[in-house]
Amino acid sequence: MSDCRHIGKARPRPDAADKAAGRTLYINDLIRPGMLHGKVKFSEHAHARIVRIDTSRAERLPGVRAVVTAYDTPEIRIGFLNDNFALKRDKVRQFRDEVAAVAAIDPDIAAEAVDLIDVEYEPLPGVFTLDEAMAQGAPLVHEMDARGNPLTTNELSLRYGHESGDLAVAERASAHVVEGRFSTQLMQQSCLGTAGCLAELDMSGNLSIWARTQIPFLAQRDFTQALRALGLPGRNCRVIVPALGGTFGTGLDTHAYEYIAIVLAHRTNRPVKILYNREEEFANLSPRQSAEVEIAQGCDREGRLTFRRVRVRQDNGAYGSWGATFPTVMLLPVTSLYRVPNVSFDARLVYTNNTYCQAMRGYGNPEVTWPIESNLDELAEAASIDPFELRMRNCNEPGETTPMGLQVTTCGLKECMEATAAKLDWGAERRARRGVGMASLIHVGGSGRIYRSDGGGVILKFDDFGQINVSYGGVEMGQGLHSALSLTVAEALGVSPDKVTINPTDTGTCPWDVGTHASRGAFIACNAALAAAEKARAQIFAAAEEVFPRLALQNLERYCVQHPDYRAPTFDLAAAVKADRFELADGQIVLRDAPAEPWLKVDLDRLLRAIHFRGSRGEVITASAFYEPQSDLPDWQKGVGNMSATYAYGAQGAEVEVDEETGEVRIVRMVAAHDVGKVLNPQTLAGQAYGGLTQGVGYALYEEILTEQGRILNPSFTDYKIPTIREMSFPVHLEFIETDDPAGPFGAKGVGEPGLVPTAPAIANAIYDAVGVRIRDLPITPEKVLRALDARRAASAGKQTSTP
Amino acid sequence: MSRECTLDVNGSLTTLQVAPSARLIDVLRDNLGLTGTKEGCGNGECGSCTVLLEGRPVNACLLIALEVEGRAITTIEGLLGPGGKLSPVQQAFVEAGGIQCGFCTPGMIMSATALLEANPAPTDAEIRDALVGNLCRCTGYTQIIESVRAAAVRLGTGDRPEAPR
Ligand code: FES
Ligand code: FES
Repeated sequence: MSDCRHIGKARPRPDAADKAAGRTLYINDLIRPGMLHGKVKFSEHAHARIVRIDTSRAERLPGVRAVVTAYDTPEIRIGFLNDNFALKRDKVRQFRDEVAAVAAIDPDIAAEAVDLIDVEYEPLPGVFTLDEAMAQGAPLVHEMDARGNPLTTNELSLRYGHESGDLAVAERASAHVVEGRFSTQLMQQSCLGTAGCLAELDMSGNLSIWARTQIPFLAQRDFTQALRALGLPGRNCRVIVPALGGTFGTGLDTHAYEYIAIVLAHRTNRPVKILYNREEEFANLSPRQSAEVEIAQGCDREGRLTFRRVRVRQDNGAYGSWGATFPTVMLLPVTSLYRVPNVSFDARLVYTNNTYCQAMRGYGNPEVTWPIESNLDELAEAASIDPFELRMRNCNEPGETTPMGLQVTTCGLKECMEATAAKLDWGAERRARRGVGMASLIHVGGSGRIYRSDGGGVILKFDDFGQINVSYGGVEMGQGLHSALSLTVAEALGVSPDKVTINPTDTGTCPWDVGTHASRGAFIACNAALAAAEKARAQIFAAAEEVFPRLALQNLERYCVQHPDYRAPTFDLAAAVKADRFELADGQIVLRDAPAEPWLKVDLDRLLRAIHFRGSRGEVITASAFYEPQSDLPDWQKGVGNMSATYAYGAQGAEVEVDEETGEVRIVRMVAAHDVGKVLNPQTLAGQAYGGLTQGVGYALYEEILTEQGRILNPSFTDYKIPTIREMSFPVHLEFIETDDPAGPFGAKGVGEPGLVPTAPAIANAIYDAVGVRIRDLPITPEKVLRALDARRAASAGKQTSTP
Repeated sequence: MSRECTLDVNGSLTTLQVAPSARLIDVLRDNLGLTGTKEGCGNGECGSCTVLLEGRPVNACLLIALEVEGRAITTIEGLLGPGGKLSPVQQAFVEAGGIQCGFCTPGMIMSATALLEANPAPTDAEIRDALVGNLCRCTGYTQIIESVRAAAVRLGTGDRPEAPR
C-alpha cells in the first residue's frame, strides 16, 4: 500500500473548521423544547445510614418540577458488578453518593432546590486505606453482593493472576535480583468538557439520550434495563453521541447521573439535561484508580531476565466500574514487556469508602509499567549493565509467543528503543544534575478483547451526488477517529476525502460496536470500512457492467463534438467491460484494460445516478460490514489468552535537570518513539502522541486527587494541576516506526493510549541518572525529591562517619 | 429584577433584559445564542470562555454582563470574515492540527488572536505567556504553538526572531 493517495499524508481533520469557528455542539450546547435542568444531591458523609430525606421544602420552590429519591422511584442497579444504584437507599458508601435529585426550569433553581433537601444521616465508621479495608473485622462497604448473598470481606470477588515457569527456581538461579514497592495516585481525567447528558422519552416510552459515552451500544443495553425497571419493558433506547470535550476513559461506564436524568425525564414527561460543573466533575466523577505494587525482577550474569513477580493491590472505592478490570491490561506488560520466561502476577481489588474509580487512558498499563520500568533500571545497576543495553538484550521480537500467550506478529520495540537512545544522545557526557532515562511499553494494538464480541460495523451509503455517508458506532471524542475513517474510505473508494461524511454516532442508525476503548477506534472502524468498501465496489462494478458502456459512449459522442479531429482508438469496449476489471480512482470509474482516453472515465456521481435511475432494476448503493478481530477472550484468573489482533510497542526517553535546592524537576527534552504499524494521518497521529505524553508528564510530576477520610480535597484546576503550556515548554521529538502489521488497516495499529504509558518511569529513571535518587510514589513532587535527596545525603554522611 | 442593558457583541448592539448578577458567559450563550464560548470551569481557571473585551482577552465566566455594557466584546463567532470565512488564526489552527476535541479551541484562538494583534511576531516564550491561562487536555500544546506560529506567518509577519525547533 505504498501508493496511497491519502493515507500517510497530513490532512486537517474533518471536524476542525467547525471547532475553530465555535460551531460544534457539545452536550453543554444542546437544548430541547421544554427542557428541564436536573441537579443531583450528593452525600455529605463517606459512610452513613440514611435516616430520613425531607424533600418538602425543595418541592415547594417555584420552578421545581420534580424531586426524586430512591424511596419514591424504582430501584435501578448500575455498574459492571451491579453493586451500584442510580439513587441510594438505606446507606451511603462514599461522599459523592447520589441521595436525591431535582428537575427545575433553570439551573439556578435546580441548585437552590438541591440545597433545600434535608438528609439526616447516622454516620458509620469507614475504611479509607487498603490496610483498613482488609483488616480483620473491618466495617463492610457492602454487606451483600448483587445477588443478595452476604459478604464477609471488602475484597472484590474478581480474580486476576498469572503463573508461568518456575519462579522459585528462576529466582535462585538469578545472578541479580531487585525488589521494590511502588505506588501510583488517583488521577482525574480532566476532560475540558464536563460530564452531562440529555434524556427524553416519547409518548410510547422510547428513550433518546445524548450522552458523553465511549460505549453507545453497551450504554444502550444498560439504559434499556433501566427502562424495564421504570415499567417500560421492550421500549427502544437510542443513544446519541454529540461532540465530546474529551473523555479519556470517563465514557466507558454508564453513570448514576445518566439514570437520574432518565428517571427525571420519566417523572416530568419533559426532556431533562444534567450537566456537571467543574467542581462536580472533580468531586463526583470517578478518577483513575491508584495502585500499590510490589515487584521483583531478576537477571542472569549476561543481563537476560530470569523472572518477574508482580503483586498489585488497588483501592477500588465504593463501587465497581469497568476500572475494576484494570488488571486485564496489567497482564500485558507484566507477562510480555521484554522476554521474561518466568512470571507471577496477582491483583486484588478492595472496596473502601473512597470515591469509586473508573477507566482512564492506558487502563492499568501505566500502573504496572511504572514499577516494571523503574525496577528494571535498578536491576541494570545491580548487574552493572547500561539500562538501554539491558533492555535491548531482552527486547521482544516478531514471531514470539509470550508467557500470556500473546502472539507477536510485528514488533518495532528494538527500533523504538534505538531511536529513543539515539535522539537522547544516550551515553553522552552531561552537565551535573542532568540525566537521561528511558522506558518502554507494550499495549493492545488490535483492540483488546474483554467482551464476547470485540467487533464493530460500518455502513457506507452512496447518494446521487457521489457523496459517501459513513455510519460507525464508535465515538469521536477528539482523538481523530473521523479523520482516519474518512481517509480510509476515500482511499478505498478512490474519492477525495471531502466526499466522505462521517455521520453522528447514534445507536439508531449505526451498526453495533463494543465501544471506543483499548486504542481500538481507528483499528476496528477502518478495518470494517475496508471490508464494507470492498462490498460496495463489487456492487458498483456489477451494475457498471450494464451502465458503463452507455455512459462511456455518451462521453465519446460529446468528446468528438468538442474535438472534431479526434480518432478514437480501435478498442473492443464490450469485451473490456467486466465487473472485475473496473477500478475507482480520482472520483471516477475506469476500466483497467482500456486505453487512457478521457471519455473512458465516468464520474462516480454520474455512474451512481445511472445505477439508481434504471426503472425497476434501479438500486442505490449501500454496503455494510462487521469486523471482528482475530483474538481470544483470555482466562483472567490464569492470565492467558491472545487478547489482541496485534500489539503496539514504544519507548520514551527523557532528559531532566534536577534542582537540588528545591527538588524541582525540569524536563529538558523528551523523545517518544512508537511502533504504530503505519501512519494514517501524521498530523492526528502526532496529536495523539503529544497529548498522551503530556498526560504522562502530568501523571509523573503534577497530578493527584487528594482525599481525607474519603472527601476529595482539591476539586478545581487551581488545586489539581494538569500541565499547562508552561510546563510543556520543552521539545518533544516524535518518531514513528512503521511495521506494516498484517492485521491493521493499511498496516496500522492502535495508537490512542500508548503515549502516556512509559512517560513516568522514563522521567523517574532520568531523575535517578541526574541526582541518584529513586522516587517510587507518583507523582514525583519537589517535596518527594527533596526528601529523597536529604535521605541520601544523610545516608552518605552516616556512611562516611561510620567508615574508619 | 432584571435590568435593560445594551451589549456590543461582534460589532452589533443588542438590548436585552438581564439579571444584575448574570455572567457575561451566560448572556452570550443563553440570550444571544453564541455557544462558541465554552464553560470549562466557571472559575477563571481554564480559559475556555475567553472572549475579547476591547481587544483584550478576558474570562467571560468571571464578568458580570452589566459591567461590560457598551464595551466592544468579540467572541469566536465574531472572528469569521466576510462570507463566513475563517480568520487567519482560525485557519492556522485547522491546518496545523491545533485542534482535537475542540473544547478549548475557541478560548485558545481568542487568546492567540489578542496576542498576535498586540505582537505580530511573538517568540515561543511569548506565545506560552499568552496562552498559559488556556488549558488543553488533548493536544499537549505542541501543535497549538505550531498553529500560533503558522497564524503569525499567515498574518504576514513571516520573519520570526526564534527558529521553530
Ligand atoms: S470557564 Fe471561564 S475560565 Fe474556565
Ligand atoms: S483540544 Fe481538547 S481540550 Fe484542547
